[in-house]
Amino acid sequence: MIDMEVADLSRWQFALTAMYHFLFVPLTLGLAFMLAIMESVYVMTGRQVWRDMTKFWGALFGINFALGVSTGITMEFQFGMNWSYYSHYVGDVFGAPLAIEGLMAFFLEATLVGLFFFGWDRMSKHAHLAVTWFMAIGTNLSALWILIANGWMQNPVGSEFNPETMRMEVVDFMAVLFNPVAQAKFVHTVAAGYVTGALFVLAVSAWFLLQRRHRGFAKRSMTVAAAFGLMGSLSVVVLGDESGYALTDNQRMKLAALEAMWETHEAPAPLTLVGFPDVENHTTHFAVDVPWVLGLIATRSLDQEVQGILPLVAVAETRVENGIRAYDALQRLRADESDLEARALFEETKLDLGYALLLQRYMEDPREATPEQIRQAAFDTIPDVPVMFWSFRFMAGIGLYMILLFGTAFVLCTMRKHETRWFLWVALFSLPLPWIAAELGWLLAEYGRQPWIVEGALPTFLGVSSLNATQIWMTIAGFTALYGALAVVEVMLMLHFIRKGPYAGKGGDTAARPVRKPAIANDGMTPIPAE
Amino acid sequence: MEIPISYEVLRVLWWGLLGVLLIGFAATDGFDFGVAGLLPFVAKTDAERRVAINTVGPTWEGNQVWFILGGGAIFAAWPMVYAVSFSGLYLAMFVLLAALILRPVGFKYRSKREDPRWRAMWDWALFTGGFVPALLFGVAVGNVLVGLPFRLDENLRAFWDGSFFDLLNPFAILCGLLSVTMMGLHGAAWLSMKAERGPVRDRARRFAPIFAITSIVLFAGGGLVMAFGPYGFAQVGDVDPAGPSNPLRTETVAAAGAWLSNYAAHPWMILAPVLGFGGAFAALAGLRMNSESITFIGSKLSTFGIISTAGLSMFPFILPSSIAPNASLTVWNSSSSHVTLFIMLITTAIFLPIVLAYTSWAFKVMWGRVTTEDVTSGGDYY
Repeated sequence: MIDMEVADLSRWQFALTAMYHFLFVPLTLGLAFMLAIMESVYVMTGRQVWRDMTKFWGALFGINFALGVSTGITMEFQFGMNWSYYSHYVGDVFGAPLAIEGLMAFFLEATLVGLFFFGWDRMSKHAHLAVTWFMAIGTNLSALWILIANGWMQNPVGSEFNPETMRMEVVDFMAVLFNPVAQAKFVHTVAAGYVTGALFVLAVSAWFLLQRRHRGFAKRSMTVAAAFGLMGSLSVVVLGDESGYALTDNQRMKLAALEAMWETHEAPAPLTLVGFPDVENHTTHFAVDVPWVLGLIATRSLDQEVQGILPLVAVAETRVENGIRAYDALQRLRADESDLEARALFEETKLDLGYALLLQRYMEDPREATPEQIRQAAFDTIPDVPVMFWSFRFMAGIGLYMILLFGTAFVLCTMRKHETRWFLWVALFSLPLPWIAAELGWLLAEYGRQPWIVEGALPTFLGVSSLNATQIWMTIAGFTALYGALAVVEVMLMLHFIRKGPYAGKGGDTAARPVRKPAIANDGMTPIPAE
Repeated sequence: MEIPISYEVLRVLWWGLLGVLLIGFAATDGFDFGVAGLLPFVAKTDAERRVAINTVGPTWEGNQVWFILGGGAIFAAWPMVYAVSFSGLYLAMFVLLAALILRPVGFKYRSKREDPRWRAMWDWALFTGGFVPALLFGVAVGNVLVGLPFRLDENLRAFWDGSFFDLLNPFAILCGLLSVTMMGLHGAAWLSMKAERGPVRDRARRFAPIFAITSIVLFAGGGLVMAFGPYGFAQVGDVDPAGPSNPLRTETVAAAGAWLSNYAAHPWMILAPVLGFGGAFAALAGLRMNSESITFIGSKLSTFGIISTAGLSMFPFILPSSIAPNASLTVWNSSSSHVTLFIMLITTAIFLPIVLAYTSWAFKVMWGRVTTEDVTSGGDYY
């Protein structure tokens, strides 16, 4: 039997290193495109301040990128280190998108990031601009492949279990590629990154403006951030990844859990604004409901039901029972490969095999399970309802607030009221919010997927390596110390650079110099007068 | 879907591609490790160190992807190998990761502040990030040649005997040192080609022959251990090269000296060790002839030869087990499915040439020696 302490520690380690990694990723995703936009304006208008902007935000991008890459190496290798049975069990499917990510995306961004920093004087303006754009595209392609891999864990399409090799294997790679869950996650995740990048630029610019430093520079940066952030924040909410929530039992369960919806409601289901989920009594106290909304969001229709938690548990119970038959057939098949009856039975029941494996938490052989244990295993498929419920509300609340914030910023920038001081303070103090929302989003996706590491196929606790708790404690301690130190260094360095500002050692603020008239008056980029 | 290439051929191709990735990694990122490991020895002043660091500054990040892609490709094409080796070498992998995490941060953060203590700290981080991985890669390969202490249960879950310190056996340390001298030579060759004519280049040129000669000696020593030592494994009975990827279906025995039997069966394989030695000698000749490109190419070829030798000696084994030989992972029993190997091959055939094209372009753009004047001019240097 699997040592549950090892399973829990492995989960903690993965959660810590993944969430730490994702502190850097969204900023990379967002800033990369903003750099490309700023540099495009530079190339189109020839105005020096846009080059300065690209270089200054680029320097901050570089500081962030270094840690994003470093902590990403850990992710690539941790599956093998801590989740070796998982790696064996699903490597045939899951490994491919990771490898393609390296080949198609990471190589591109990593090679070009060197040219971005070092190539300013070694190539033409246009060539450098192309480098910046391809670097940005590379970072986003990278996210695409990682989310195809992750999407498969949420909705394992295009694959089936092979008894000869005791693992999941690809049968339809196109299905893995065009997994609707992965597509929805990709759009949602990169848009969240754009919001993060935009808010970072907005908040730092606000800080400059509050100090009345680098005003021309900061106003232009703020304008780019406002526009980009408004686009991003609208996308992140409108293209949220609920669209994938009607596809599998686990996704349905996730949706029901984050709504704390215990029973199936007749269509269209209401959305619970707030309330207090009571896990013991399977009810939500003081719920404030908005009729129809959930049904609309989750099913994009008025007549389809959104299933509740308890009916989904009943579904799980029959799947566990069916899974036990699959497990039995598998054992017979392994004893005698020519047992045609066992093979037929296995083919019929194999989609539920994973559900029988849930029982291995309680016993070696799922066939010995009592009805109570089967019921218990079915109830294990409910994720942590209060955590899901509140995480979703905070995440969604931050998302809506972002639209308001960037909407306001956009209006202020359009009205040339960049230096509205109350707003600058609000923008500055909003800085941590996109990170909080992004981490909560991953919590919903991954913690909400529990007890599965791959939905319906493999329970999380079975995915671990044969390690002992001491070994994992050692690496948790090691990663915590190393990552903690690096976090301090990174933030110090960022602050150091921001304090120095864009013109450190370069002889003053360009915007303080007379602003050159734009070559073409109606190029759409009316200059902001320098005060 | 009808797959136009047989499973057997795909497995061999992926075995070869794994080699290509590892060699690509050692031949490019290898000099980055060498430069970082040599940093305290070839560069004494801050300006010298910045010259050394900036010889790899623009390109190390791309080079590093060979390693990450190597990890991804093992996962995708040889999932069992990925699962068994990374979990079994758990603490060693952690040390490797820690060192590899320090390296990018060191490169990027070191020169961002003037404070000498700050810079000294990152110099140490860079040295660690260069030396430790170079050593560990060799130690890992050495242990693979010896056989790793794992077994598989009927569900193909891997279990391990043995600890972190068992990995430090004499043969593995020999391989670790060979890897250090190999990458050291590569780093010295790179510095002598890319650093301005001055102290950094001169010191690098003094280190190069030491590394080249030590590499030759250690490589020969490794060969002797292979010939006369207790190491080697062989498969027994019929093996279906297109059979299902399940290691428990094949039978393997330990057979001393078996790692050299491939050279008797396929004499062309002797080219690999010849290249390993020849490349190192060419590097020495290049130094004498004052041709830095010959030294660098020689060093590259030597790397190619040494890594190929390890791979070819073991074929078809990838990860033999010392405690349960039947669990040994080979080209025939531990790959991904036929479909996955084919899809990955198509993807690689499309994207690897593109990668090579823009990587070469990046090297071309950044070509030329790095000078003290460059790094102190306040430009975009580390």
